[in-house]
Amino acid sequence: NHESQYKMAAATMMPLFGQQMSSQSELVPDWTSQEVSTGTTIMAVEYDGGVVIGADSRTTTGAYIANRVTDKLTPIHDRIFCCRSGSAADTQAIADVVTYQLGFHSIELDEPPLVETAANLFRASCYRYREELTAGILVAGWDRRKGGQVYCVPIGGMLVRQPVSVGGSGSSYIYGFMDSNYKPNMTKDQCLELTAAAVALAMERDGSSGGVVRLASISEDGVERRVILGNQLPKCSTH
Amino acid sequence: YLHWSSPYMYVSCSYIISRNAVLESSLSEFGYKAPSARKTGTTIAGIVFKDGVILGADTRATDDMVVADKNCMKIHYIAPKIYCCGAGVAADAEITTQIMASNVELHMLNTGRPPLVTMVTRQLKQMLFRYQGQIGASLIVGGVDVTGAHLYSVYPHGSYDKLPFVTMGSGAAAAVSVFEDRFKPNMELEKAKQLVRDAITAGIFCDLGSGSNVDLCVITEAGVEYLRGYDKPTMKGKREGQYRYKPGTTAVLTKTVTPLSLDVVDESVQIMNTE
Repeated sequence: NHESQYKMAAATMMPLFGQQMSSQSELVPDWTSQEVSTGTTIMAVEYDGGVVIGADSRTTTGAYIANRVTDKLTPIHDRIFCCRSGSAADTQAIADVVTYQLGFHSIELDEPPLVETAANLFRASCYRYREELTAGILVAGWDRRKGGQVYCVPIGGMLVRQPVSVGGSGSSYIYGFMDSNYKPNMTKDQCLELTAAAVALAMERDGSSGGVVRLASISEDGVERRVILGNQLPKCSTH
Repeated sequence: YLHWSSPYMYVSCSYIISRNAVLESSLSEFGYKAPSARKTGTTIAGIVFKDGVILGADTRATDDMVVADKNCMKIHYIAPKIYCCGAGVAADAEITTQIMASNVELHMLNTGRPPLVTMVTRQLKQMLFRYQGQIGASLIVGGVDVTGAHLYSVYPHGSYDKLPFVTMGSGAAAAVSVFEDRFKPNMELEKAKQLVRDAITAGIFCDLGSGSNVDLCVITEAGVEYLRGYDKPTMKGKREGQYRYKPGTTAVLTKTVTPLSLDVVDESVQIMNTE
């Protein structure tokens, strides 16, 4: 009976999230249908008076590098940035939403927003849509109330404040480096050196991280951005 | 179930709609495969040069391993000085760009301002994100607006990159290698056109999903030059001489003629297009 066949097909046809229904032809390479991921190594460090954030610059679709000079340090407000890892589409969309929400909120308050507010807005979206999203985000910035702050919003939508945090696929390789080299009460320049070295090390070992190192420091005085190109990366002792 | 969220965060929850999921499953029961969407295979590319942007594309559309259209147009109009190259599923790229063109026109009437490239990119990525990658359109958006010349690449899941040169499609790897070698910022018009032509040609020759001709679209402050069929690197060459053997080359030993009694019933001539 045709109708019951139709209904049964609908009931059993419950594709897994992200699965493509149409088959790929041999002409079109595999990576054209892969989702764009930021692979990534991201890092954020608090210091007295501000924060330092850093990231690599590689965006991949499967094995192909779609953008080798990506900017993963996205401004959300004047003194608040986020570092994005995970799906490029998801994190860009979330960042846009939070930028809008935070900007609106700031106008309502008639004062610069708190970093904790920005982090909570990220957490709200990341937690509500946790089944549909792949986004690991570090929110970092400066506000008058608590100074420099780093908040970690990993996949799943947790929110926790940490003095130093790393994220992305390359972060696994630098937890040891971070744990042994981070000391409380470091100066801004020490933080910059630490972040650059850590991201460079991760880029060395992680295939999904690479390109250039982007750094930014955020304080009461504003945002200073810089780029460390491939040949200027900190050298490590093994080679 | 669609929860409250800001107007820009619009993710369909609980289950993902798959195109023709029911059709495919019911056909596979009988052992048939549902026809797959025609893809454009494709090499598309764009660069920012001194006076504006240049977009380039090949002209082959494929149905799996068969060429469906030898001369399709992959550079679509969005606004007077904003054009868009489309790769991926042909229908998706075509319709998405038409929707964008319509939205841009309405926006222009609404605001009384000429459109910005960044606005087109934003609307594109928000729509593609909403459909969670089910719209298989990879697009290169390029144009000139009041803020200058801009070039974006937008991916089916809704992510985008802003770069001085971009390539997409199955021939992207071949084309980007040409750009990585020879691209310089602020190139002159003729050199820039040559560079894009070479990048697309690399895709045409080195990628099976791309072929036929090179289309270019040069967008500057002064206006748009749409160069359809700018280069045809795959044209059949002209034979230099006659390669037939002269009668008598092969010796004839015996000859038997058997006439067959046939009547001509119908005669028709159809010219085959070999271009």
